[in-house]
Amino acid sequence: MAARAIWKGELKLGATKVPVKLYSAVQDRTVRFHILDDRAKKRVKQHMIDPDSGDEVPNEEIQKGYEIEPGRYVILTKEDLENLEPPPSRDIDIVEFVPQAKISQQWYERPYYLGPDGDVKDYFALAEALQNTESEGIAHWVMRNKYYSGALRAVDDYLFLFTLRDANEVILADELTKPAGAAPTQKELAMAKQLVEMLEGEFKPKEYKDEYRERVMEFIEKKAKGRAPRLKAVKAKRKTAALDSVLAKSIASLRKEKRAA
Amino acid sequence: MLPKATRKKAEPEDENAGGRPFWSGTLTFGLVSVPVSLFPAARSNRTSLRMLGPDGQPLARKYFAENTGKDLDVDEVVRGYEVAKEKYVIVTDEELERLAPEKTRDIDLKQFVPAESIPPLYFERGYFLTPAAGSQKAYKLLAETMDESKLAGIATFVMRGKEYLVAIFSDKGILRAETMRFADELRSPADIGLPKKKEAPKATVSKFEKLIAGKSKKQFSPAKLTDKESDSLLKLVKKKQAKRSNVVKVDEEVDTDHKVVDLVSILKKSLSGKK
Repeated sequence: MAARAIWKGELKLGATKVPVKLYSAVQDRTVRFHILDDRAKKRVKQHMIDPDSGDEVPNEEIQKGYEIEPGRYVILTKEDLENLEPPPSRDIDIVEFVPQAKISQQWYERPYYLGPDGDVKDYFALAEALQNTESEGIAHWVMRNKYYSGALRAVDDYLFLFTLRDANEVILADELTKPAGAAPTQKELAMAKQLVEMLEGEFKPKEYKDEYRERVMEFIEKKAKGRAPRLKAVKAKRKTAALDSVLAKSIASLRKEKRAA
Repeated sequence: MLPKATRKKAEPEDENAGGRPFWSGTLTFGLVSVPVSLFPAARSNRTSLRMLGPDGQPLARKYFAENTGKDLDVDEVVRGYEVAKEKYVIVTDEELERLAPEKTRDIDLKQFVPAESIPPLYFERGYFLTPAAGSQKAYKLLAETMDESKLAGIATFVMRGKEYLVAIFSDKGILRAETMRFADELRSPADIGLPKKKEAPKATVSKFEKLIAGKSKKQFSPAKLTDKESDSLLKLVKKKQAKRSNVVKVDEEVDTDHKVVDLVSILKKSLSGKK
């Protein structure tokens, strides 16, 4: 079944425009629960109350405030907030390009597929050009009354637009200091390197399954039939021995596994 | 940088209010275990607004039962999965916890992959790892080894009633976990219904290549990722504050949940091993 586009825009590279449709690339599979009233076993609703009186405050009486210091708020009216909204636009401005892998993983937030809107020639040509040059575009756009920053990338011949986090949001390792304490010895480093190399491979995402999700769903099905299995209590954690002996044991057991395979 | 007070309070799912870690557990590679804590690697930058009553008093969100109209406390609500219309199976916190086999509660790095080989499609959220008391040496050992080999460790583990696929990176001697989407959570071009690839004319491709070359930069500069929305909101707040228009003051006990925490100082403290 084809997905519905969530937005239409135009990639703007200088004077050239490429019309595109935007689709979510993510399909969330988290098990969704509802909050129920324990007595009636019915879904609950939410409302806003005055915590002092316990009385409900109806929607039309609710104001929005920005806290400038504890207990002091500047009220922003509905009109204020509407005036802050960016002017609507269909442009996805590509302001510059950077080599792929220059943007650290921390910046990426959400991926969207871009599909061609009408003409496919420019769409696939741009994807090919991005792949050939191994570059990624930095984009700014306005969608549904909000400003967005993002990255334009081609993956397997198709264009993707990723939303990126804001500069104020991301904490970089540069702002932090390495942990204190004793440094590992050369011998330990050599053994750890050997161990990590034995576990080295290619990233194969399909090999990782959300088994817990399956386990939760299975449990729900059994419980629905009135046959919930007894679950074992969670035990406390155990401690481990000295670093170098543990490293040596790990390498030995991995070797054994490899020989057996 | 925004002044401290303008930062949004921690999202409930981050739960870093008061400096508590998001999660504490064990990172293992081979038989080596490194007890660690996880802290979010991003602050919520969106300037959040508080809901206030007619007199400016901060309001609270509350569950209520629709049939009786009665407000419900947290111990009066349960979690239910809808198996048929309005028929629910109740699942408790304890059951969710017990459903995770013991070995799935550790971040066990069973595989290492070239750090730059993971496509950005997978990345969801970042967390810094800090060593627990006594595990600094093992932590450094793993961080240095990964730094040198330019590898990232991959694992799946269960945290707070959800299984996560994570990649652990060493970032200048500090370990960072990026939670990732599972492969079945990403759609394919066919799922979307995108057209099959059409070979584009060489001339059009090279036209785009030239456009790209003309706007290419060697480095990514995050400073360009400004949050215009928060900036303009803060400007308006300042203006109104100066004019003293629409400023309300209420006597409020400072509730600790709402207190703004500085994530960087929490992280620094935790990395240094100080309590």
